[in-house]
Amino acid sequence: MNAALTVPDASPITLTVNGTAHTTAACTLAQWLDDQGLAGDALATAVNGAFVPRAQRAQRPLAEGDAIVTFQPIEGG
Amino acid sequence: MTEHQKDPVVVGFAQVKEEPAKRAGDTEQSALPPGRTDASGWHIGGRTLQSRFLLGTAGYPSPAVLQQAIAASGTQVVTVGLRRQLAAGAPASADGDFFGIIKSTGAHLLPNTAGCRTAREAITLAQMARELFDTTWIKLEVVGDEHTLQPDPFELVEAARQLVKDGFEVFPYCTDDLVSCQRLLDVGCKILMPWGAPIGSGQGLVNPGALRILRARLPDVPLIVDAGIGSPADAVQAMELGLDGVLLNTAVAKALNPVRMARAFGLGIQAGRLAFEAGVMAQQDMAVASTPVAGYPILL
Repeated sequence: MNAALTVPDASPITLTVNGTAHTTAACTLAQWLDDQGLAGDALATAVNGAFVPRAQRAQRPLAEGDAIVTFQPIEGG
Repeated sequence: MTEHQKDPVVVGFAQVKEEPAKRAGDTEQSALPPGRTDASGWHIGGRTLQSRFLLGTAGYPSPAVLQQAIAASGTQVVTVGLRRQLAAGAPASADGDFFGIIKSTGAHLLPNTAGCRTAREAITLAQMARELFDTTWIKLEVVGDEHTLQPDPFELVEAARQLVKDGFEVFPYCTDDLVSCQRLLDVGCKILMPWGAPIGSGQGLVNPGALRILRARLPDVPLIVDAGIGSPADAVQAMELGLDGVLLNTAVAKALNPVRMARAFGLGIQAGRLAFEAGVMAQQDMAVASTPVAGYPILL
């Protein structure tokens, strides 16, 4: 099932995003990325320490207290 | 004895003593000594490469210098990393020009899991890297000590076990300890990247004897010295020991002229490999006259 989750009348929740508290009305990870204007294919995501692949972001619900981290390419040794 | 433990190969000094006449007319294409293979191509991670130089991309004075250094090195594999974004909503394109430059080189990407302290962290980061860089290659780093950045062999093996099962081609950054290297092979690693010295230290090969043992005991496993290399002489030494490749970053990035140093390393690694294939002469305790004197008239 690949249909995006839809939650009517979602009330704002507080997340931790890359270590900083953040309030959002987004109910899925994909929706949160959209709301932030982030290019989904330019970063990688994890929620509560677990990797969330691009294809599963629309099915990954967000809940109060979730911790999102986003990673981007950098130079490395 | 496990599958990867075959009869040791002898590395270092040549075991075949040729007569001078046999060398007349020799070329570098001539027959190789026992235990040596040709350098024209090597196979790693499902690919055939010509260069045995793997280059890191961090710490260069500018993106332009990085790009020139990659070109000068002749490398076909560059390492890259992942960074957690600093704040919510931070633009993902902050280093966009870096990634564009790297991709434009055409080099294969080898993402790392730098900064990870546990197998779980490293596995998550590897999964992210696979998606972001579109490669199954992963340089697996799991650090066990803050001061030396020494790999944690236990977490490393556990992470490698799971990543191999998940389809990754794992390049484990490991110590030169034979038994922990064997454990990495046991869980499915096909490549090993033992350290020469602590990351960024430039100390060279602090324990060449251990590397020699690894080469002897694991003759069919690609071995890449990773970390601690300071000068091209260190890279030559590693290649003369029969290791298959060299991965370094700081020695080029922090050179006064990184582009020239990249070329110096590229040439050194080629020279060291050729020397290994050719078989370095055996050392002697006393002088051995190189000019034949038998039959010459005594002039004085």
